[in-house]
Amino acid sequence: MSTEFRLKTGLADMLKGGAIMDVTDADQARIAEDAGAVSVMALERVPADIRRDGGVARMSSPEKIREIIEAVSIPVMAKVRIGHFVEAQILQEMGVDFVDESEVLTPADEENHIDKHAFEVPFVCGCRNLGEALRRIGEGAALIRTKGEAGSGNIVEAVRHLRQIGNELRRLTILTDDELMSAAKELRAPYEIVRMVARDGRLPVPNFAAGGVATPADAALCMQLGAESVFVGSGIFKSTDPEQRAKAIVKAVTHYRDPAMLVEVSMGLGEPMRGLDIATMPEEELLQTRGN
Amino acid sequence: MACDIAFAEVKMGSIHEPTTGRAAPAPPPRIGVLALQGSFALHAAALRRLGIEAVEVRRAPALEGLDGLIIPGGESSTMLKFLLEEDLFDPLIAFHRDGGAFYGTCAGAILLARTVENPAQESLGLLDVEIQRNGYGRQLESHVGACSCSALGEPDLSLVMIRGPVISSAGPGVEVLAKWRGAPAFVREGRVLATTFHPELTDDTRIHAYFLEVATEARQATGATLGGTNSR
Repeated sequence: MSTEFRLKTGLADMLKGGAIMDVTDADQARIAEDAGAVSVMALERVPADIRRDGGVARMSSPEKIREIIEAVSIPVMAKVRIGHFVEAQILQEMGVDFVDESEVLTPADEENHIDKHAFEVPFVCGCRNLGEALRRIGEGAALIRTKGEAGSGNIVEAVRHLRQIGNELRRLTILTDDELMSAAKELRAPYEIVRMVARDGRLPVPNFAAGGVATPADAALCMQLGAESVFVGSGIFKSTDPEQRAKAIVKAVTHYRDPAMLVEVSMGLGEPMRGLDIATMPEEELLQTRGN
Repeated sequence: MACDIAFAEVKMGSIHEPTTGRAAPAPPPRIGVLALQGSFALHAAALRRLGIEAVEVRRAPALEGLDGLIIPGGESSTMLKFLLEEDLFDPLIAFHRDGGAFYGTCAGAILLARTVENPAQESLGLLDVEIQRNGYGRQLESHVGACSCSALGEPDLSLVMIRGPVISSAGPGVEVLAKWRGAPAFVREGRVLATTFHPELTDDTRIHAYFLEVATEARQATGATLGGTNSR
């Protein structure tokens, strides 16, 4: 692993066991930091609002990002549209700590993702399966997260993606060396990375969960399924008591294997965000199918 | 500030001076890793390479019976909230007072410091240094370097700085074991060690091995004052 890449994954390593929260302005960023978030993610609208309002969802404005950077001492992430490398250049210039090339925003390129090796700032990308994860790592992503189904308040898709990646990882480890090229072909992933993953039995970068986390129990479920941290989008600021819910999710990520603590932190939180039944949603409303 | 360095003045091996020349080797120290958030699993992996199975500490009762505790890298503001809200702050100070050793990396160094700036925040005050959070700047200023460390010998230490803090001043009781860009990067005060960089992100386990020695010394010193038992 190159020195530059080690610095990128190193920051992801420091964010493990934490909660990263979507925020749209400085006030929300301060609420997240006060609740114990390890990082905040700047975006123009939370996914539930993007879903409701429609239109083109873009990178947050530089003014908002500046305001958020100045409001908190924790690392600040921000989202760019898939393939929009100029939005990424702008965020890097502003000193953002991590860029999320995200399916939650409207894609700018339907064929190509950003060449993330060309940047000093580290990138996180979403995925639904191992092949997608390894393609993003091949492009230079230093952190992988599940896509889940953002803005749905429904954890089912994040669970599906975590299980899918875990299952495909385990299957890769039992293949013989001469079966790996064929596996790489099926995964549509770079052979060298497939070989590394088969040898180590894990991804070469940290693996976080995202998409549909609404309760402390959802966050702990992702952790027990092997996620190393949790992104929370609409789940905080679309609930009735964001401060308490944010704190509870932070604690649930740390104490994810301690049912007594999970009982304690799950009490007195008010109403969670209203969820969507993904099974009955039309295909074109899904965000997770963007970028592949 | 609790800066009782009396125990550390007792040199390793001076407590159980072998009388027959065939004393049994000291059992390995029992080490915990504060597992609230951050690079705790990487520290546990480094210790495993040295033959030590670390205990993950999320709540105060897990400190029972430990000789040393590693506070990992991560977000110091997040970990501090757990210390204050989940009744860990005072137990950690008591753990030190009762003879426990500490090693803090990056965020861990911030939590151990006497004074924290940029911005100011509460800290355990077990290490007489003033420290600046994100002293080099944001992630784009994260960097690697190398420096000599006479306590560890050859080769040079490789320093991985991730949004690292800078120690801006250190008290007279603090031994500076390595420096980077003119500032202390690896320090020791009695049985408290701290680095502003992340050895857990490298294959070099010498600092972890050094900490095991410090924790072993601390246990032997405590054992002597408690009449030969290791209980705390």
